[in-house]
Amino acid sequence: MSAIAHFIKTFTLWEFVKAHWLTLKYFFKPKATINYPYERNPLSPRFRGEHALRRYPNGEERCIACKLCEAVCPAQAITIEAEPRDDGSRRTTRYDIDMTKCIYCGFCQEACPVDAVVEGPNFEYATETREELLYDKAKLLANGDRWERAIAANIAADAPYR
Amino acid sequence: MTFTQWFQSWGGEAFGWFLATTVLILMIALPLMLAVAMIIYADRKIWAAMALRRGPNVVGPFGLLQSFADGLKVMLQETIIPSAANRGLFLLAPIITFTVALIVWAVIPFGPGMVLADINVGLLYLLAASSLGVYGVIISGWASNSKYPFYSALRAAAQMVSYEVSIGFVLISVVLWADSFNLSTIVLEQKAHVFGFLNGFGFNPLLFPMAIVFLISALAETARAPFDLTEAESELVAGYQTEYSSMSFALFWLGEYANVILMCALNAILFWGGWLPPIDWAPLYAVPGIIWFFAKILIFFFIFSWIKATVPRFRYDQLMRLGWKIFLPLSLIWVFLVSGYLMLTRYGA
Repeated sequence: MSAIAHFIKTFTLWEFVKAHWLTLKYFFKPKATINYPYERNPLSPRFRGEHALRRYPNGEERCIACKLCEAVCPAQAITIEAEPRDDGSRRTTRYDIDMTKCIYCGFCQEACPVDAVVEGPNFEYATETREELLYDKAKLLANGDRWERAIAANIAADAPYR
Repeated sequence: MTFTQWFQSWGGEAFGWFLATTVLILMIALPLMLAVAMIIYADRKIWAAMALRRGPNVVGPFGLLQSFADGLKVMLQETIIPSAANRGLFLLAPIITFTVALIVWAVIPFGPGMVLADINVGLLYLLAASSLGVYGVIISGWASNSKYPFYSALRAAAQMVSYEVSIGFVLISVVLWADSFNLSTIVLEQKAHVFGFLNGFGFNPLLFPMAIVFLISALAETARAPFDLTEAESELVAGYQTEYSSMSFALFWLGEYANVILMCALNAILFWGGWLPPIDWAPLYAVPGIIWFFAKILIFFFIFSWIKATVPRFRYDQLMRLGWKIFLPLSLIWVFLVSGYLMLTRYGA
């Protein structure tokens, strides 16, 4: 009996008909993907995107060249050189992040005692050349200036959980 | 005065005929290329929609110009010929595929009397010409001098030969019923074929299974999913097109999709009444035949895309089993059934 049922099922292409009915139902369903450049998914305040070096509201850079981020970086993407500035405070003369090495683990951000280096919400920084991804201090500070409002809001939103 | 006669009235007997035919060929070939571009777009959209994706939506309104952007990109690419390849054959192969995909359209009737070459053995011509298409694939696989294209060419050759056998028998049952090899006659024979008001051999219970066999064989013949073993990317990179780039690659693509549209058109002509409306009811004939024909082609193309979006790829032995051990006996039995029925009813055995 089951052999006959199998025979009939095979020759009426029953399984295929069922499968096609399913895909036809999916054809009329709303799309699962978003229209990316015009629509975006929400990002968590903890999202780890492009790096930035922040400043205090008075314009003074936060980084004190403690080199904790350089030490904790598992990919050894960060290079720091430091000297006392003219006013005697210790500052970096060089702060490079090799974005091609970075694994976006966020340890630098966690290690920083003054919230200077952060990973901001920006993830659209594709470049045409590899060299453009070797960030220096000027680029990182510029990122900080550009994304400060979003970064500050994210840190504030995440503060109760830390 | 017909189209050809108008040309002959001022161009002379031979030259006028030549001009008229050239214009008619262009009137088929150019819209066909446009249709291929749009149908590639439709294919991607349908496929995307069934996977809950959006498909191309950036170039032009709703992404309608995507195929033209792709075409431009391909034209601006460098033509790379592998140093180990056989240059002449390597460049000849896509030309063969493309040419063959175009010449078969000569016998397709788009409407009553709207056919370039109204020859009596149209169906035989079609079968012969579309079989030539496999040469493009085999030559490209051989001339590439690379193992994956070669495997792909072997597969394509075996696959197309296998399914042409059952297609042949399916065509025989249609020809027996229509009593003609002429495609226009076959279409007209389907008028009020079933119950006196349904236009199409497909509505005939005796021929409906053959319509399904033909549909599935058409998928195999054009190497569409689920029978796209010649382009099985997980095994053969891109099959016989692996070594191709630029326009030679584009010619393969255009030829392939022109063949797909041809198979959709053949499904419509052989089983579903070609340019006739589905129901033999006078007001429906107010719509021009060519519109009905195009609508049927589009429906079949939707079915082709639908199948592509639904069914996973067959294994090679499954493909061969289906072709030789199921379709061949089935279509052979059906030829006996159809001819027996016709002997009994039409020719009074």
